[in-house]
Amino acid sequence: MNLDSLLLTLVWTLPFAVVGLSLLIPKGNELWVKRLHALGSGLGVLIAAWLTYRLYGRLMVDGAPMGADLRLYAVTRIDWLPSLGISFFTGVDGLSMLLVLLTAIIVFTGVLASWNTGTQVKEFFALLQLLGAGVFGVFISFDLFTFFLFYEMEAVAMYLLIGVWGSGRREYGAMKLTLTLMLGSALVLVGILALWASSGLGTFDLTQLATVRFSPGLQAWVFPVLFVGFAVSAALFPFHTWSPDGHSAAPTAVSMLAAGVMMKLGAYGALRVAMYLCPEGARQWFPVLLYLISFNVVLGAFIAIRHKDLKFITAYSSISHLGLVLLGLAAGTYLGVKGASLQMISHGFLTGLFFAVIGMIYSRTHTRLVDTQSGLMKVMPFLGVAFVIAGFTGLGLPGLSGFVAEATIFIGAFQNPDPQVRILTVLAVLGITTTAVYVVRTANFILHGPFRVDDGHGHVMEKPETSGLTDASGVEKLALTLLIACILGMGLFPGWISRMLDTSLLPMFRALSR
Amino acid sequence: MIAHGYLILLFPLLAFAVNGLWLARRNGFAAGLFSILMSAASLAYAIPLALEWFAAVHGGDASAPVEAWRFTWLPLEGALKVDFSMILDPISVMMLLVIGTVALLVNVYSMGYMRHDPSRGRFFALLSLFAFSMLGLVIAGNVFQMYVFWELVGVSSYLLIGFWYEKPSAVAASKKAMIVTRFADSFFLLGIVLAAYAAGSMDFSVLNGSAIAAMSREVSLGGFHVNLLFLASLLMFLGGWGKSAMFPLHIWLPDAMEGPTPVSSIIHSATMVVAGVYLTARFFPMFAAAPGFLDLVRVVGIFTALFAAVIACTQKDIKRILAFSTLSQLGYMMFSLGAAATVLGGVNTAAYSASAFHIFTHAFFKCLLFLGAGALIHHVHANELDAMGGLWKKLPLTWISMLLACLAIAGIPPFSGFWSKDEIILAAWQSGHGLSAALALFTGFLTAFYMFRLYFLAFHGEPRGGHGEGHGRHEDPWMTVPIVILAVPTVLSGLLAKDFFHHFALPHQVLSESPVEHVAWLPATAATLGILGLFLAFVLYGRRGADAKAALSVEGRGGWYRLILNKFYIDELYLFVARRLLIGGFAGAVKWVDTNVVDAAVGATASGTLRSGALLRRLQNGNLAFYIGAFLFGILLLRILGRLPL
Repeated sequence: MNLDSLLLTLVWTLPFAVVGLSLLIPKGNELWVKRLHALGSGLGVLIAAWLTYRLYGRLMVDGAPMGADLRLYAVTRIDWLPSLGISFFTGVDGLSMLLVLLTAIIVFTGVLASWNTGTQVKEFFALLQLLGAGVFGVFISFDLFTFFLFYEMEAVAMYLLIGVWGSGRREYGAMKLTLTLMLGSALVLVGILALWASSGLGTFDLTQLATVRFSPGLQAWVFPVLFVGFAVSAALFPFHTWSPDGHSAAPTAVSMLAAGVMMKLGAYGALRVAMYLCPEGARQWFPVLLYLISFNVVLGAFIAIRHKDLKFITAYSSISHLGLVLLGLAAGTYLGVKGASLQMISHGFLTGLFFAVIGMIYSRTHTRLVDTQSGLMKVMPFLGVAFVIAGFTGLGLPGLSGFVAEATIFIGAFQNPDPQVRILTVLAVLGITTTAVYVVRTANFILHGPFRVDDGHGHVMEKPETSGLTDASGVEKLALTLLIACILGMGLFPGWISRMLDTSLLPMFRALSR
Repeated sequence: MIAHGYLILLFPLLAFAVNGLWLARRNGFAAGLFSILMSAASLAYAIPLALEWFAAVHGGDASAPVEAWRFTWLPLEGALKVDFSMILDPISVMMLLVIGTVALLVNVYSMGYMRHDPSRGRFFALLSLFAFSMLGLVIAGNVFQMYVFWELVGVSSYLLIGFWYEKPSAVAASKKAMIVTRFADSFFLLGIVLAAYAAGSMDFSVLNGSAIAAMSREVSLGGFHVNLLFLASLLMFLGGWGKSAMFPLHIWLPDAMEGPTPVSSIIHSATMVVAGVYLTARFFPMFAAAPGFLDLVRVVGIFTALFAAVIACTQKDIKRILAFSTLSQLGYMMFSLGAAATVLGGVNTAAYSASAFHIFTHAFFKCLLFLGAGALIHHVHANELDAMGGLWKKLPLTWISMLLACLAIAGIPPFSGFWSKDEIILAAWQSGHGLSAALALFTGFLTAFYMFRLYFLAFHGEPRGGHGEGHGRHEDPWMTVPIVILAVPTVLSGLLAKDFFHHFALPHQVLSESPVEHVAWLPATAATLGILGLFLAFVLYGRRGADAKAALSVEGRGGWYRLILNKFYIDELYLFVARRLLIGGFAGAVKWVDTNVVDAAVGATASGTLRSGALLRRLQNGNLAFYIGAFLFGILLLRILGRLPL
């Protein structure tokens, strides 16, 4: 086992190790539990960053593979159930490496953002780590069986996290989220088994399945099953309503992970499995799926304008941003796919930041409604500025990560000569105004104007001095600063990410266009 | 010098970073000093750089852009990539100097104006960001880079207009500015997407050169046949349309004066609003090649110039009057670029240089006017002319400088505005646009009238209240010195820079036509009309015994006066469309469907599952007789259906 493989294995096993260690901490030492988890996930970020750095060097030397085959690095391969063709097969290419790094950062900042968790601390953080481990597993698995195994693992963790530690209608939210995602998983499972059975290779190895050209008839039904199955977790219309209800019930860190990385799993699976293995089915179905996607892109933002709960606004903003990812994929041009990949990464940071700030504001003012609080900038300037930065990223301000991704998607999608794609692209571009409307409206509602907070239980605060509201604590500032730094880093220096993505997207795109 | 031209941008960026991250919260005064120092450094670098550039291109083709540096920022696909670069040509160098000067003076002025504001450190940080963004915009060598900085300019102005974020009117104004310009920018972005597709490049040198031929074709757009070049030009121009607040996207600019006055000053003179004109100048060869496009630019320009001048005649808020005067002057600049298309189908490059010339002179006198207005507001603690009058005694230096600026904007020779405006009208006349030139002349008359209306009502007559009475002379040197310094270019920049613009500020890649002879009576007419306007204002508001109160009163005015005073109710129309139709109607309907149809269907699926589960559960009732009965019934059923091998 070489160093890269070791590091990658560490990334996804570390959460388990941390959970195991935390069980040894005696009761009543909650702070130490939190510290252990912060340390562990922080170490995870460092390892992932180091591995990314090493991989970047390798990729720049090796360049993109010439054919349509993936070239994987840091590979670990252990036969598991040879009779069924199941092996434990992990590795990374440019795309999955970046998503792993994203996940590590979101888990770490999520741990920091949950610093004030009061009840059943040990269990909460343990489940959070398992959720993270599940996501890591999906991004690095190139065996579809283990891929699916990890894909399910995070859904279970999420159910418990929302159901136990959530707020508001938490049972409802948890149930709705989990059941909708399970529906998607069921479809994914059907699709995977169909491909496994009809390949004739008797293996779940993605790289080997990719060498098979499945018959058009099979692709014609497997592709929509797989794509919709995955896209459910990317909140494809009309399967998106789990997202607002799930988020509004979820604790902060779970919202961050759910919107930040779990929704990316859907987009990632749609690209890596559905489109990569069934390119002909993709070409056949995308004109139809575009209609669904257009609801996400165009209408999601309009709905966000009308909602008053901050988490609903952000959830619908995610729905419209994920719609752009799906638009980039569905356009089927190279730049569209690349823009979609960029948007997956960018949106992870963006929505992580958004939900982190909202959670922090909620924990102070005890209300998430935009019309019951105003002038918060005065009492919590750090949180206010972080919110504004998240908003600007969402509306695609250059210099922040969202712009790079969205501009690439727009330019890429327009290259598809199909009039439907073009019209949707035009609508999506003009939709940046709608995004600006809800971002500016929300910021104006809660941050600007004279200070006033009404928590809905008869408690109204109008004087900043006596409100007792505080700005972000040191731990919270660390979490927010890290996310903002990532957004700025990607927005100011997108070149290396773009080059890194090229090495893994070029072969996948060749497979798509054959 | 030129190779390190990025330093011009780096200084204000450093000021933003240092002030924003650290200094602003510690010490507002130090933040201000640091901003001043950095903007001075930026200007100090820009001046020798401009000289070096001038020496290098002197004698050759000055309009050919010199590329100072370039690097790839975002590789997209194959040859399509986004570079960042710095190009130096007459208009970009001119803008570097103008922005540098204005930014420095506004920073100095703000030390006085924002003296008592507890968050002035943030103000200086944002002001530096604003200058940085505008500098990045003017040096852009490709349209994508221009868009990047274009958006940064927009967002800096949003943050600055809403600087006093506890004031609801400021928050509303910043929102309006953001959304209106954003709306226009979405078309700009679409234009870039289209250009990237059709031309395969985003460099100005390609878009203004080889891509013109490639894009000169008809495309079908839902049944309509449109010239692709025209379409791309229109989309890009729409960005400038909104940024430069041309009618009917002008509604944000008058409200934008809710920000601190130094912000208004920098927005109206050197950053933000001239960006649209600059974009049009930057794309001039492409726009000129699109059939009939410059005519559109001309009509939009002259209409805005006249329209805003009419409104300015009735306003009472001194900053609003100046805002409408900016709209009007921007109209002139846009008009001039459009008037470059001659009726014979050629290109009159004199109109292009006249536009650049007017950007140049306008920047100084408009900056002065706003800074002076800020001094007045600071003194009387009100924006309305109602509270002013007789201020010349209190603010003598401001008074003299404002008088000079009013003379300049009114187009009275030999002040700067006269020269540039004269060039514009002359060029329009030479291009054969007689009617537009006449309208421009008339607008000049109105300009002189409303500016001197402001001047007489503010500085002369009896004092009409306001707080700052009875203290004798009252001028803050931080504020007065920039005003007085600006008076110099306000007087001289026209006369001195005339030849430079005439000979050098020509569009690259466009063939110049042989110059048409000078029409001597035009400048004379323009000057006469200016003096007439001044005289009319004097008779109505300035002479002894003029009743200023009655002049400002709305009582007893006709309906037309109210119509103009209320800016033709265009804001209300927008509000209706945005609030009622789009947000209330459309978005509301979409949300309703989302909740009551889509989510209801999801809920129905769930409750349907539950209910069918409940129904099926009844079968499991534990009654043995029922089970046996059901079993027998089943067997019977299968037997009848004939599927069981019995």
